Amino acid sequence: MSQVVILPLLLPLLAAIALLLTRRRVSLMVRRRLSLAAVVLELATVLWLFWVVTGEGIQVYQVGDWPAPYGISLVADRLSVWMLLITALLACGALFYAVQGTDSGSRHFHPLFQLQIFGLNGAFLTGDVFNLFVFFEVLLLASYGLLLHGGGPARVRAGLHFVVLNLAGSTLFLFAVGTLYGIHGTLNMADLAVKVAQTAPEDVGIVRAAGLLLFTVFALKAALVPLYLWLPAAYAATSAPVAALFAIMTKVGAYAILRVETLIFGDAAGPLAHLIEPVLLPLALLTIVVAVLGVLAARGLRRQTAYLVVLSIGTLLTAFALGSRQGIAAGLYYLPHSTFAAAALFLLADIIARGRGDLGDRLDPGPAVPAAALVGALFFVLAVLIAGLPPLSGFLGKWMLLQAALETPGMPWIYAVVLTAGLLSIVALARSGSLLFYRATGAQAEAAALQAAPGALAGAAVAGVQGGPSGGGGADGGHEATGADWPPLLSVLGLAGLCLALVTAAGPISDFTASTAEALLQPERYIQAVLGGGAGS
Amino acid sequence: MEALLAGIIASLTGCGVYLVLRAYTFPVVLGLTLLSYAVNLFLFATGRLTVGQPAVISPDAAGYADPLPQALVLTAIVIAFGMTAFVIMLALRARAELGNDHVDGQSDGHRSADWWQGPEDGP
Repeated sequence: MSQVVILPLLLPLLAAIALLLTRRRVSLMVRRRLSLAAVVLELATVLWLFWVVTGEGIQVYQVGDWPAPYGISLVADRLSVWMLLITALLACGALFYAVQGTDSGSRHFHPLFQLQIFGLNGAFLTGDVFNLFVFFEVLLLASYGLLLHGGGPARVRAGLHFVVLNLAGSTLFLFAVGTLYGIHGTLNMADLAVKVAQTAPEDVGIVRAAGLLLFTVFALKAALVPLYLWLPAAYAATSAPVAALFAIMTKVGAYAILRVETLIFGDAAGPLAHLIEPVLLPLALLTIVVAVLGVLAARGLRRQTAYLVVLSIGTLLTAFALGSRQGIAAGLYYLPHSTFAAAALFLLADIIARGRGDLGDRLDPGPAVPAAALVGALFFVLAVLIAGLPPLSGFLGKWMLLQAALETPGMPWIYAVVLTAGLLSIVALARSGSLLFYRATGAQAEAAALQAAPGALAGAAVAGVQGGPSGGGGADGGHEATGADWPPLLSVLGLAGLCLALVTAAGPISDFTASTAEALLQPERYIQAVLGGGAGS
Repeated sequence: MEALLAGIIASLTGCGVYLVLRAYTFPVVLGLTLLSYAVNLFLFATGRLTVGQPAVISPDAAGYADPLPQALVLTAIVIAFGMTAFVIMLALRARAELGNDHVDGQSDGHRSADWWQGPEDGP
């Protein structure tokens, strides 16, 4: 048993409590540093756990030292630590952007941010279906608060839909968990895997219903067609760092689908094996189609990015739906790429919106953004990343996916949909880029006016929803020489840099995802690690 | 007893689903509450219905009632209670910010042609 498994849960929880207790007594600067220190420390812990798990195999922590099917198990296998690592890196990028000013509106931003990480890490680490529900609720409750951070009618409206949908989803989740418990008398995922394989013939129907109910809930979290409608409104309305952090939230649903599909309804499950696969592939392809239409139709950059998130979830689940080692490995490589790229584009869209005054992120010709060359170059890089053009990581992920799909019966459909969607998203992003950067009207005059009176113009433009960058308009005077506001751009650069790291380290990373997929398709080792030798009967 | 409980869960779920599909926030909140009652009863029933059995295993008892669903129900009640409180506050906030209690923030018949685009938020 390894104690390090519980640290990624304890650290954000303790940080959240500390930040909550100090919300009135300590200045914002100190709390920002505390929050940043917490995410950096968390990243270090996750790296440690990553190293332990890749070196020594699956780590199991039995909470309270209760033996496995009776107590609560936390399990860190390769898939879990991969997700933890992505979350930790993303949290660093999003929080670094948030401390530039987004967090000043409410005292509760930092505690909620840490609780969100706590919920995410818990959902990735837990080895128990009911605890998966509990951690889903933790991360959702934090996300409700974060989504509404900053206020405004658009956020309240999107938030209401998001909350009601997720509450209905939680009810379905409980029905599914209750049914599984009613039939098999266990909630531990490893134990459930053993018991589902021995399902009595008369119970097969009801376990199938419970499994499909679980899949419905995960599909809602992952924003799969037809349950994706909440996402574009919610992600487009919320503040940029929150939207960036939410880029991992849909991946929680994808993770849960992958975990349940490979562990509980894997090869060994007899008549229940591969319960979800026949539905998953058509739905994933349909998600891509609908999402790319949304990308084309969007009139704002943030809404376009939100549809790109839906597009990435469709691509990701197409890879998982293949069910083969190569398919899952391709998905696991594509997952961090799509998360980081979408998060970076959300942050960049916010920077662009701030620079364009009243126009915001609307895709209309308007004044040039400050430091247009730099921001435009970043937009270009991110568009290439997200659309999946060579030589960046989006291309590698899609190439692996298409290669994995080569021998499967769904090959023509997958090729047609994925490639057409790639082409159409290039068209849409090229249009956005040219509208935002090339067709700028009155660029010189407006830009000069913006720089001459930063207090009036920039302040008024920015203070409305976002609460302003740190120091508001006045502090922008210091950046007049370059015209660029560096600290927010550093976040975008960092997240884009992570995608470039995915390219330069593509060899070792694809080896890692391949062996992770291999381990997922052999759940015996997971079951043995959790239940111990011979305890599964 | 099983049929009675199943009937109660079914009618609570049915009413809950009907209310959740209403267009105004108050019935929706009530519907979510009814759904959570239904799921709590359902979870309680997953341990099988027993009468007069101890919850703690002892050698001289004939059987025992499954204690785990009760723990699950307790957790589910706490979470549902907190979530209901939150959604009520959010509904009130929406009423204040949007000026009416329609779930889309607009009264029927006044939907603009581009409702599917949603609100375009400012900078």
